[in-house]
Amino acid sequence: MKFRALLALVAGGSLLAGCTANAADTKSASTTPPVKSSKPAKVAFPSTYRAYPSAPTAITGVTIYDGEGGRIERGTVFMAGGKISLIGGPDTAIPADATIVDGTGKYVTPGIIDVHSHLGDYPTPSVSAHDDGNEATSPVTPEVWAEHSVWPQDPGFSRAMANGGITALQILPGSANLFGGRSVTLKNVPSRTVQGMKFPGAPYGMKMACGENPKRVYGSRNRMPSTRMGNLALNRQTWIDAQDYREKRNAGKSQKRDLGKETLAGVLDGDILVHNHCYRADELAQIIDMSKEFGYKVTAFHHAVESYKIADMLAEEGICSAVWADWWGFKMEAYDAIPENAALLQKAGACVIIHSDDENQIQRLNQEAAKALADGRAMGIEISDAQAIRWITLNPAKAMGIDEMTGSLKPGKMADLVLWNGNPLSVYARPEKVWIDGALMFDSGDPGRRPVSDFELGQPGEGDVK
Amino acid sequence: MKRFSLLLASAAALIAAPLAAQTTAITGGKVVIGDGSAPIEGGTVLIRNDRVVAAGANVAIPADARRVDASGKWVTPGIFAGFSRIGLVEVGAVSQTNDMNASGSPFSAALDVQYAINPFASAVAVNRAAGVTRAVVSPSTSDSIFGGFGAIADLGQDEDPITRARAFQFVELGETGHRRAGGSRSASHIHFRALLDEARTYARNPSAFDSDLLKASDAKALLPVINGNTKLLVHVESANDILKVLDLRKDFPALKMVLVGANEGWRVADHIAAAGVPVLASALADLPYGFEDLAATQSNIGRMKDAGVKVAIGMINDRDAHQLRYSVQYAGNLVALNRVPRATGLSWDEAFAAISSGPAEIMDMGGQLGSLKPGRQADVVIWTGDPLELSTQVEKVIIDGVDQSLSNRQMRLRDRYADPAPGALPKAYDR
Repeated sequence: MKFRALLALVAGGSLLAGCTANAADTKSASTTPPVKSSKPAKVAFPSTYRAYPSAPTAITGVTIYDGEGGRIERGTVFMAGGKISLIGGPDTAIPADATIVDGTGKYVTPGIIDVHSHLGDYPTPSVSAHDDGNEATSPVTPEVWAEHSVWPQDPGFSRAMANGGITALQILPGSANLFGGRSVTLKNVPSRTVQGMKFPGAPYGMKMACGENPKRVYGSRNRMPSTRMGNLALNRQTWIDAQDYREKRNAGKSQKRDLGKETLAGVLDGDILVHNHCYRADELAQIIDMSKEFGYKVTAFHHAVESYKIADMLAEEGICSAVWADWWGFKMEAYDAIPENAALLQKAGACVIIHSDDENQIQRLNQEAAKALADGRAMGIEISDAQAIRWITLNPAKAMGIDEMTGSLKPGKMADLVLWNGNPLSVYARPEKVWIDGALMFDSGDPGRRPVSDFELGQPGEGDVK
Repeated sequence: MKRFSLLLASAAALIAAPLAAQTTAITGGKVVIGDGSAPIEGGTVLIRNDRVVAAGANVAIPADARRVDASGKWVTPGIFAGFSRIGLVEVGAVSQTNDMNASGSPFSAALDVQYAINPFASAVAVNRAAGVTRAVVSPSTSDSIFGGFGAIADLGQDEDPITRARAFQFVELGETGHRRAGGSRSASHIHFRALLDEARTYARNPSAFDSDLLKASDAKALLPVINGNTKLLVHVESANDILKVLDLRKDFPALKMVLVGANEGWRVADHIAAAGVPVLASALADLPYGFEDLAATQSNIGRMKDAGVKVAIGMINDRDAHQLRYSVQYAGNLVALNRVPRATGLSWDEAFAAISSGPAEIMDMGGQLGSLKPGRQADVVIWTGDPLELSTQVEKVIIDGVDQSLSNRQMRLRDRYADPAPGALPKAYDR
């Protein structure tokens, strides 16, 4: 098995940042808010995603984790028109025309969401021709957009659905650069084009990276940054320039369009969410102060293996930590990682997300959450099973700015959900069915409901259970 | 802790013994022997000094035995990591602490991990606390297809980690071998054959040996591979590469090969089984990481097993220096496959054997390690529940009959920051 983390070590770490985005993504230009002078008039690369056909369906007698920390025994979930319509206990009335799925002994969760993936921009097969995640030619590249690197035929998308129940994911640029570029949020529905996977209405994110990776990648070429202080200096100067750009824009002054500064200004406007790869507690605190200096907010620290050391500060700042359950030791800034990180954050009242950054572990985020939960309980921290499910559903949805649309089983939200053949916090459970916008996109019992990418067609193992 | 040289091990001889005899009876637990048999409820595991005396339902307990109550718990052999780099790395990207390979060395097959395995590495303590007690420890390669000698090691807290030094030679003959040999499988295979031929030349007259291809030390290292006294662990993934490796036995009939990785093994499982070559396979690889892995599937191990291949779980290049604790999770996932239509997994008993007796047997050490059968080294773990389940914790680890500390720096950090706010003094004073 080959691992992206190893690649990330060589090529630069792995977090992305986002970019500006708002609901305008799916709207025509005429419905977008009044544009500021140097903003593009139209939404570029709009989503063309359309939900596939769905039938009114009720899952009955099932244990429900609603994604918000709630749990219902012998419950019913009813979806219609691609939306969650009803959720309740055994007495929930089901419309007569509904297709019934007997969920007895099974579990339902919202679709699992990964806030940190490189599917598509570091796809398999992991050949150098596919290394599209790091524009490692300059430490400051806010102008690049991950969606322009995403290969929709990456077989990893199908594994994430079939084994991991992933229904939405954020694809980030890598972490070689201080400013890595815009992220893109996708529906995990195969398409001929990236536009066909783009999550309608999802805001953009911007990937930033602190610490070892940028200073190593550029320091080794004898250019700035070669130190952590170089990282911060270049970061701050970039924000100063972005502020200047934004002020001119807001004043209506004429200036040439600048792709990178459009993204940075989008962050300063609050439209684009910052996803900051950062490991060490002391550096997290530095980044928080930098965000205050320039008036933006960090939405989530990714790979924040030392968040537990400043869990109180992160709770107070309202910044999520997107973490692994137990990765550690692969580089110096990951040396103090502990398996109780997530639980200690939860105990402090901070926002916890379990992420993958990996084409393998994205297939079992449920198991990673279960391990983090168990390690917390072992040290006496009381966390419910349902709360651990929130770490991989509603919390990542919030950090991606799509929590009004998905991430929990609330009436009116997209019918993105997974039926598991057992408790998803058990190692023995696997997805049985996955619905996205109410459409059945995976059924373990039906080979016709298993996506097979163009790359795998006609190859050994095509359509195998994987 | 306990060393086995090749000769001594075959005679099951001891090199060292504890100072005074001590007998321990672990009672009341659900006992897993580790040999693929079903767990035994309310069983007893009896240990005398460094060996298992008996394990099962009707074990007589000597009056002087120390008793450990495992009621409501599970008692199993320690986890045996079928392929790892444990002890060779402290911090992966800090080169001074990474001894997996030697890109600046003129040597290849003669390199020997027994001098590099650090029993005090953080990863040894972390994985010991997770119930991992033994491991196959392999070098990786740098400038040659051969990586050098690997060892069998324990994860005990004492100063001697080597169970068996020079337990095998490691070679790359898939995509990595292609690269190491100069960019072609033609090259890796001629490289392999030529180097072994050179070693034979060396054997005929060592003092006259003069080769452009091979140093005398490396030639000497390859001799026991050719005559089958040292196992050859071959990393290979694709169906075709596996077949070509099996073919090597035509020219080198004494080779005792073990395949490592073998992501496409299921496609040629009948050939592997017919050859009697065992496999230390990656459990959950299911993506075309490279073109050598196109048919990778989590059902690989189950399908190979069904075809009669002797197979256990290894985790080559899969966080194999730090995360041997994933072994139980991986085994559990193979059990999960039994309820996935069209997938092929392992039964629970088979899955546990794949991380205990399986690797031991593949390394020809099943008589000494990997299970709770009488006479095995007493590597025993007590768990709060099903060891393959994610919610289960380790309560006690015994290696070579010795109770082990479960402390490690991750736990120390956890305890220091259980409340992140500094108290009367800075955190640096909180120990």
